[in-house]
Amino acid sequence: MSGLEFLIPLLAAAITAGTPILFAALGELITERAGITNLGVEGIMLVGAVAGFMAAVATGSPWLGLLAAMLAGGGMAFIHAILTITLRANQVVSGLSLVIFGTGLSGYLGKNYVGIPVPQSFTPVPLGPLADIPFLGPIFFKHDILVYLSFVLVIILFFYLYRTRPGLNLRALGENPAAVDALGLNVFALKYIYVVIGGMLSGIGGAYLSLAYAPSWLENMTAGRGWIAVALVIFALWNPVRAMLGAYLFGGIDSLGFRLQVVGVGISPFILDMLPYLFTVLVLVFVVARHKGRLTAPGALGLPYDREER
Amino acid sequence: MAENMQHLEMLGITKRFPGVLSNNNINIQLGTGEVLAILGENGAGKTTLMNILYGLYQPDAGEILLKGKSVKINSPREAIALGVGMVHQHFMLVPNLTVTENVILGLSRKILVDLKTAAIRIKEISDSYGLAINPDAYIWQLSVGEQQRVEIIKALYRGANLLILDEPTAVLTPQESKELILLLKNMAAQGNSIIVISHKLNEVMAVSDRVTVLRDGEVCADVKTRETSSEALARLMVGREMTRHKREGKSSPGKPVLELQEVFAKGDKGTEALSGITLEIREGEILGIAGVSGNGQKELAEVISGLRKVTKGKLCLNGKESTNHPPIDLIKMGLGYIPEDRMHVGTIPSFSIWENFILKDHHKSPFAKGTFLQNRWIRSHSSSLVEKYGIKTPNLETPTGRLSGGNIQKIVLAREINRNPKTLVAAYPTRGLDIGATDYIHSKLLEARSNGIGVMLISEDLEELINICDRIAVLYDGRIMKVMPVEEADESTLGLLMAGLSEAAS
Repeated sequence: MSGLEFLIPLLAAAITAGTPILFAALGELITERAGITNLGVEGIMLVGAVAGFMAAVATGSPWLGLLAAMLAGGGMAFIHAILTITLRANQVVSGLSLVIFGTGLSGYLGKNYVGIPVPQSFTPVPLGPLADIPFLGPIFFKHDILVYLSFVLVIILFFYLYRTRPGLNLRALGENPAAVDALGLNVFALKYIYVVIGGMLSGIGGAYLSLAYAPSWLENMTAGRGWIAVALVIFALWNPVRAMLGAYLFGGIDSLGFRLQVVGVGISPFILDMLPYLFTVLVLVFVVARHKGRLTAPGALGLPYDREER
Repeated sequence: MAENMQHLEMLGITKRFPGVLSNNNINIQLGTGEVLAILGENGAGKTTLMNILYGLYQPDAGEILLKGKSVKINSPREAIALGVGMVHQHFMLVPNLTVTENVILGLSRKILVDLKTAAIRIKEISDSYGLAINPDAYIWQLSVGEQQRVEIIKALYRGANLLILDEPTAVLTPQESKELILLLKNMAAQGNSIIVISHKLNEVMAVSDRVTVLRDGEVCADVKTRETSSEALARLMVGREMTRHKREGKSSPGKPVLELQEVFAKGDKGTEALSGITLEIREGEILGIAGVSGNGQKELAEVISGLRKVTKGKLCLNGKESTNHPPIDLIKMGLGYIPEDRMHVGTIPSFSIWENFILKDHHKSPFAKGTFLQNRWIRSHSSSLVEKYGIKTPNLETPTGRLSGGNIQKIVLAREINRNPKTLVAAYPTRGLDIGATDYIHSKLLEARSNGIGVMLISEDLEELINICDRIAVLYDGRIMKVMPVEEADESTLGLLMAGLSEAAS
């Protein structure tokens, strides 16, 4: 009985802690399916977090905050799109500079917002009768609305990728853009759209931290979650459902460490804080070793597309 | 349908690129149900013309008429809507998707994918032309020939009745080429009009009803196939009398320069690729290795040049054992190597021409003194090679990858021959080159032979082998089926041996 009392809140917390990573990972997944690597997720999440927080403070509405975070995230990704798609800059370099830029920008913008409370944040809304299902209810259906949104998003994205024509085009875009071009679709426009949508989702991931998970603004509050999201996409083999599992696994270990600290296990809190990251590395090593070079990464991932090039 | 109805007319097409007049006032006609070959050397403007028809380029002048109506084609999408389909030389397929998914890719009538109906339709198309394609197979599981048929299905599925094929046999084995030619004839008989772009004479003769010959961006002839011959077409295409270089006189081979004794080696997948190869090449002869690629040719060349481990057996260069020696030793022992992949193994594409010339000798005099390169000497050496081998390039600094295939091959050839090797291994040296360049490579290989070099020529082109080799060995499934003097070799014997039928040859 005491086992369940420990387990249910832990699993519920795993979902909450995993949600910001899930949003960001879905964003990166869409981006990479379009053939673009965006390593700037960490920076985009930070900018999304601060923009969302500022807008929520200014307007009093968390929804407007969310909108601001999406616009900010999309804007950051747009920079990446210009650099990598139009100017064909190296995607790794562009992504890394977005992280540095995003970290600096968010710190600067958020300077006067540290320690300020947000007028209204996203709070848990039990989902009617669903929340009363024993065991599953408290784990899945006593969360804030953004968590439910993420559930829906995973389903929509899965359906989109594997069951719709635009989704088929998206998969082909990352595999062989020349084929998509030859069929008369606009490769450049499609890539821009997906990179920007990806950035918007990362922005939501950031806003989840500052408006729902821990409603406040702290410099560097993403604490590496953006990087975890990038790693998660590989772990997920570019599949949204697997990304969801991975995000919750990470969230679970994150909350477990926190809980162990509260219970008072004799392990240094620094080591406990390290666990989720260590775990990510181990999982990645395991996945890569198991698929040995035959990772199902989109074939043209990271390669700039140029019609004239042979 | 009117008997002599014109399906397509392109009138006065002109297209300029910076510095080049790629198409100059070109006229072509294509009748319904006709197979038209557009013949020309690399750079004659064939591909530009077809890209205009497919909406990838806009002509600077000229008019396109489809079934008598003037049309303007601004994009591939519009071309497809007008019933024009294109099979590119480099296939536009997504390996990780199935045949069906590839075929319906980009068709955006509905949001939802209806794979079942599409698969049925694909099966119908496949059956009606005898294409034998399984709609549920993944592209990466298919052979190159099958992938090409998927491209054809893709065009037909979109309602194409005018099909353009760009160098369709460049990537096919001789057998697959024959099948393709039959398929195209069958499709034309069913009312489709077909344009084949090619620089291969015998296939143009075999497949087409009519030939339009392009030279330097202009139409220089438009003839009925049955009223012409491959010799006449060759003359028209090149613009001068072709004197094909052929082997002259009996070779007087000297002592062996390269010997293989019961050589075994594994392929990339870990299976046995060479199973006991015994061969000997002597000074001043050309030994041809015939066979369908994938039967151990690549492994054979790599074993000899030290890039692949010999698991059993013995190799000797100039009478000295060289089994599993590192490549640098073999280079010092006088081995020249023209690899199959001239772009990435033979040269470094982003390096300049002079850098590629000294890849094997940059460390020694006179190209280097100690650590420092002797630029003046390298340059004068490089420009003399460029001149001697007639390499067309803006200057010595041009990145090698920007040159045409023929010119890149000339660079590799110049580098290897100029090092005065005792043995020269050439893997598919003329693959993808036009007649002019091919003939040049042949003349240089023959010159090497008369200078006493022992040459191994790996090729799929039987005509080439019979023309310039002294002896021909047939490689099948990692074994030598037979070694014979060229006088005993003819295409049908070689063809049977290449298919693994040994008793047929006896």
